[in-house]
Amino acid sequence: MTTETAAPVIQVEGLVKKFGSLRALDGLDLEVAPGEVHGFLGPNGSGKSTTIRVLLGLLRKDAGTVRMLDGDPWRDAARLHRRLAYVPGDVSLWPNLTGGEAIDLLGRLRGGLDNRRRQELLERFELDPTKRGRSYSKGNRQKVALVAALASDVELLLLDEPTSGLDPLMEGVFTEYVDTFRDRGGTVLLSSHILAEVEKLCERVSIIRAGRIVESGTLADLRHLTRTSIDAELAGPPDGLARLAGVHDLDVQGNRVRFDVETDVLDEAIGALHRIGLRTLVSQPPTLEELFLRHYGDVVADVPAEAEHP
Amino acid sequence: MTGVGILLRSHLRRDRWIILWWCLGGVLLYWSQAVSIEGLYATQAEFDQAAAAMDDNAAFIAMAGPARALDTVGGQVAWQATAFGAVVAGLMSMFLIGRHSRAEEESGRDELVRSAAIDRRAPVSAALIVALVANLLLGVLVTLSLLTVRSEDAVLKGLPLPVADSIGIGLGLTACGWVFSGVALVAAQLTQSTRAMYGLAGSVIGVAYGLRAVGDVGNEALSWLSPIGWYQAMHPYSGLRWWPALLMIAAACLTAAAAFAVFGRRDIGSGLLADRPGPAEAGSGLRSGLGLAWRLQRGSVYGWSAGLFLTGLSYGSIGDSVEDLVGDSEFAEAFGAGVTDSLVEGFYAVAIVQLALIACGFAISSTLRPRAEEDAGHSEVLLATGLSRRSWLAGHVLVTVAGTAALLTLGGLGLGIGYAATTGDSGAVLRYLGPVLPYLAPVLVLSAVARLLYGLWPRALVAAWLPLVLAVVVLIFGDVLQLPEWLQALSPFEHLALVPAEDFEVAPVVAVALLATLLSVGGQIAFRRRDIG
Repeated sequence: MTTETAAPVIQVEGLVKKFGSLRALDGLDLEVAPGEVHGFLGPNGSGKSTTIRVLLGLLRKDAGTVRMLDGDPWRDAARLHRRLAYVPGDVSLWPNLTGGEAIDLLGRLRGGLDNRRRQELLERFELDPTKRGRSYSKGNRQKVALVAALASDVELLLLDEPTSGLDPLMEGVFTEYVDTFRDRGGTVLLSSHILAEVEKLCERVSIIRAGRIVESGTLADLRHLTRTSIDAELAGPPDGLARLAGVHDLDVQGNRVRFDVETDVLDEAIGALHRIGLRTLVSQPPTLEELFLRHYGDVVADVPAEAEHP
Repeated sequence: MTGVGILLRSHLRRDRWIILWWCLGGVLLYWSQAVSIEGLYATQAEFDQAAAAMDDNAAFIAMAGPARALDTVGGQVAWQATAFGAVVAGLMSMFLIGRHSRAEEESGRDELVRSAAIDRRAPVSAALIVALVANLLLGVLVTLSLLTVRSEDAVLKGLPLPVADSIGIGLGLTACGWVFSGVALVAAQLTQSTRAMYGLAGSVIGVAYGLRAVGDVGNEALSWLSPIGWYQAMHPYSGLRWWPALLMIAAACLTAAAAFAVFGRRDIGSGLLADRPGPAEAGSGLRSGLGLAWRLQRGSVYGWSAGLFLTGLSYGSIGDSVEDLVGDSEFAEAFGAGVTDSLVEGFYAVAIVQLALIACGFAISSTLRPRAEEDAGHSEVLLATGLSRRSWLAGHVLVTVAGTAALLTLGGLGLGIGYAATTGDSGAVLRYLGPVLPYLAPVLVLSAVARLLYGLWPRALVAAWLPLVLAVVVLIFGDVLQLPEWLQALSPFEHLALVPAEDFEVAPVVAVALLATLLSVGGQIAFRRRDIG
């Protein structure tokens, strides 16, 4: 579905947003291609929500260029919004409107709902639409917004930590619908700090830290930058492994060996094991979590904590 | 009961200012009556004349209570203050109980408290005790304030106020508040949401007020169905009797016991009456910014409209007995001073401005509503749909403007109908409705100031109430305090002709309306340019 020539659905360059003296977004670049599910990763306060709120035209940018769906999110807000649906991380509903009323209202304001899909989503999410907004739990409020978004006929979904408060079963339902949406040709920007969710759904991810993108690419690209962990039992004592460049955290106990190896020298390392003789081999690709920790593990402390709240 | 003491201390600490303000309001209601009557009538003859006019005015009796000993200061205090005092005590009890029982349960905080080592009934008991203590304080303070009214050289009958009756009127108020505390506690067990609880307990207070109104005018038996009727049946300052207080205390015990019985049979977090399910799909009205704005504000429009209509009605029902009521006192001179020869027309001209000032309460709070929507995060979700900022805000603006117009029209109609019903002059309906309508312009100026603040400087939105304070001060104290001209001119109400006392002038109305439009449009444009949230 993605072609090299198609214009990106979201294109952000050098975006700056200041709240007083705080630079919540500090030269952010982001590109989301049509038909992809793009993961937007970062801890609380790194600027994920601020970025999405600029994309929605709720916040005014201080510098940089932002294009979304062939328009300017600030100037053409209402026109663009008919083609997208947004789910915030903390949905607040009108206390005296029922869930069903809120779903219909949001759907109508977006230009109409697919009633059959609305019904199907209500059943799949096990949501009672006759309850008043004030009596819904956090998870159920989230479901109301998800049903309203997923039942709309749109091209783009902007999801800001959409599954917070959902149980794993409901997360599964959500994943399924996002997959279907993508298969129909839709584009998704999924902000999250749940790495498993992003790994499951996204082809490409951008990692944000303190208002800047520090890493962006396909999951395969990013994995390339990290290490695979190897756990093997050998025919003899593993001599000479330690001399290989790119092998880290080597742990030898008798004939058993455990180590992490940089992707570039993986072939060489396995070759060395093979020469000694392999009995068992377990290899684990790098997880997104490791990727994430590489950018955050050491320096979480200097992330501005208030960045998400103007 | 383990834990009651701790909870009670924490509640009282959190509520000390709230309770104080409620009590202050209640005390002011009683004490100001006593003091103002003393100042209002220079001689007993004048007082007698006014009392005679009130004695057979059915509208007054329905509003306040049975007319007894109205030619004494005490009789006037009991008549004018007890019904409203009881409503104040009822509302205070309802809010205190709701805050500490149903609201806590609804928010889930109650669950956290219950996980601690406390008795199952401790939270409910603590909520009840807070309300009982607050009502006791209210009663004691009312008594103490009335005991201070004791001018020795009084010309009016019934001064100084008898001590026993002052104690009775305060004790009765406390007991009446206790009944409503018990009722509120029952309501908190029956309903599932705080809103529904306030609805139920509030209706009981309303019905209690209504029953005694109907009873006092017609069939006296109905007054005996109302706790407010029992309170007034104590007859303070007109042959005090104590036994109705026992009736109230018994009713309070009964309702509280009933509440505990229901509480013992229900799960925490549930109510005996389940929340009614609402529609699963939105009606056709809910498809635009305007539709939602109306849905969110209609309750407030209905409430304020009813309030303004009744206020107008009660002003109107004074009819042309204004002169008898206010006599030749200084108050009357102030009313008519420099304005008109006819006291009646002067009185109604000022009454119309007062109606307009009350309408400002709606106009300003309705203008602040979008901010509440923004704070709650609702506008974020809405503005992420095809709804533009302009139409979202325009929906609220339209509800504010149309709602204010409806309020003023109903207030004017109430005034006219009340006057017509009392005097039999049916032409008065339109004659009094007409002069109310131009006040839409200055009321909307205050709303537009709030709108401008909302667009430019939403964090300072509380300041939107200041112009109303200024307008009230200028209207009531402008001449008395001899406020400088420029300060008085800041109130948009000062620029309109005081119809019917003065002749109507078009130009100032148009100018003020233009100002309102400019400010409002400015606010709406500014809103389109700022960050949301």
